[in-house]
Amino acid sequence: MEHLGSLILVAVGAALINNFVLHYFVGICPFIGVSRRLDTAFGMGCAVTFVISIAALLSWTFTYYVLRPGAPLTSAILGKDVDLSILNYIVYIFVIASSVQLVEMYVRKFFPSLYKSFGVYLPLITTNCAILFACLEIMKHVSGANPSEIWGLDKALVLAVFGGVGFTLAIVIMAGIRQELDLCDVPESLRGAGITLIVAGILAMAFMGFTGVDRNLKDAFSKNLNVPATPISSATGQPKELTYNVRQK
Amino acid sequence: MPTEGPTPLERFVRGILPENPVYRQLLGMCPTLAVTNGVAQALTMSGAVLFVLFCANIITSLIRGLLKPHLRILVFTLTIATFVTIADRILAAYVYSMSKELGPYIPLIIVNCIIICRCEVCASKQGPLTAGADAIGQSIGFALALLSLSIVRELLGTGALLTGTALELRVLPTNWPNWVVMVLPPGAFITLGLLLGLANWAASRLASLKNRPA
Repeated sequence: MEHLGSLILVAVGAALINNFVLHYFVGICPFIGVSRRLDTAFGMGCAVTFVISIAALLSWTFTYYVLRPGAPLTSAILGKDVDLSILNYIVYIFVIASSVQLVEMYVRKFFPSLYKSFGVYLPLITTNCAILFACLEIMKHVSGANPSEIWGLDKALVLAVFGGVGFTLAIVIMAGIRQELDLCDVPESLRGAGITLIVAGILAMAFMGFTGVDRNLKDAFSKNLNVPATPISSATGQPKELTYNVRQK
Repeated sequence: MPTEGPTPLERFVRGILPENPVYRQLLGMCPTLAVTNGVAQALTMSGAVLFVLFCANIITSLIRGLLKPHLRILVFTLTIATFVTIADRILAAYVYSMSKELGPYIPLIIVNCIIICRCEVCASKQGPLTAGADAIGQSIGFALALLSLSIVRELLGTGALLTGTALELRVLPTNWPNWVVMVLPPGAFITLGLLLGLANWAASRLASLKNRPA
């Protein structure tokens, strides 16, 4: 139960509270570039979710067995503990580039129309920050973490899949809003990226409403349900976290 | 080797304003939005990008004769990843707190479109001198964009500049009600959107002034 609870916390955190696009600003390029139409946006979201899951699976495997300090495979081969974490970034980018190639071949073979509508954006998934970001988050929890807190493969996958779901959610909402925006009279200099960014800002404000959900969920999962949820600061009427920079590292 | 295309000086000047990476080309949005909640973070980020872009451009330019078309993006990314690793280690060694603050955004320079775009557009076609000048010009343009955004955000969000460093500079009166939203993610989106609109408006004004018959 406790393990399941922590998985749900990771999922909610990645998809809603710390949404990849609206909280960490990763994957902004496709968010602005491919959000003109609903169907393309949804396809893009699915492609990113798929690539992110494969990349997370591979990068977790490499980090856990080869790269982290005291990794089993490396020490078995070399006979001593070696810290290869300096190679992390290079390995991740290699993993991502090869999984994007794979997805590109698959989509071109089975969904030619989707392939055409992606255009240049499919190869550009390689340089989509969201995927490298997921790999880095997993790295943070595998390499260099306390031995008792190292994430298993299940948590890594949940983070990646729900990060992708969060990305899809954001880009689909954005595409819906932009289709309506076509009918509006937007000042000429704000057309295109300008108004998209401002709408994204309002969307990010809406998503800030999820702040604190994770703590209440955690309280709900813990055994003693008598403990009240995290106190809300009386001065601002908001959870205390909001009064300083929410992006905790 | 004969160089065609723009000269080093042209490349350098173009990067700063006419082809500003953020405002005119809409590249590198991720760090632009993420690290501009303070001027100090923005400056560190610009320094890291300058280092990586300069080294990657020079190396790419030197090996441009060996590049195969279908493998070049991979070669670019691996070159960039190497230099980003170096920059990341240097930052962690000398300015540890700042490196913690920037967190994943330093490694995310690897997938920053600006650097890959400059390798592709300039460095893989022209000599090291031009490539170096281009890298410096583009980095200055990027730094200016980051600075403009971070000054607006930090000023409205905290009333001071360079908060938390030794050079902290109080600009607005102390009873300024901090617009906390400006240092949070929504403020980044909205400020960049408005500044982008301003840049577009200025560009179109300039163009119409130039075209006006004397």
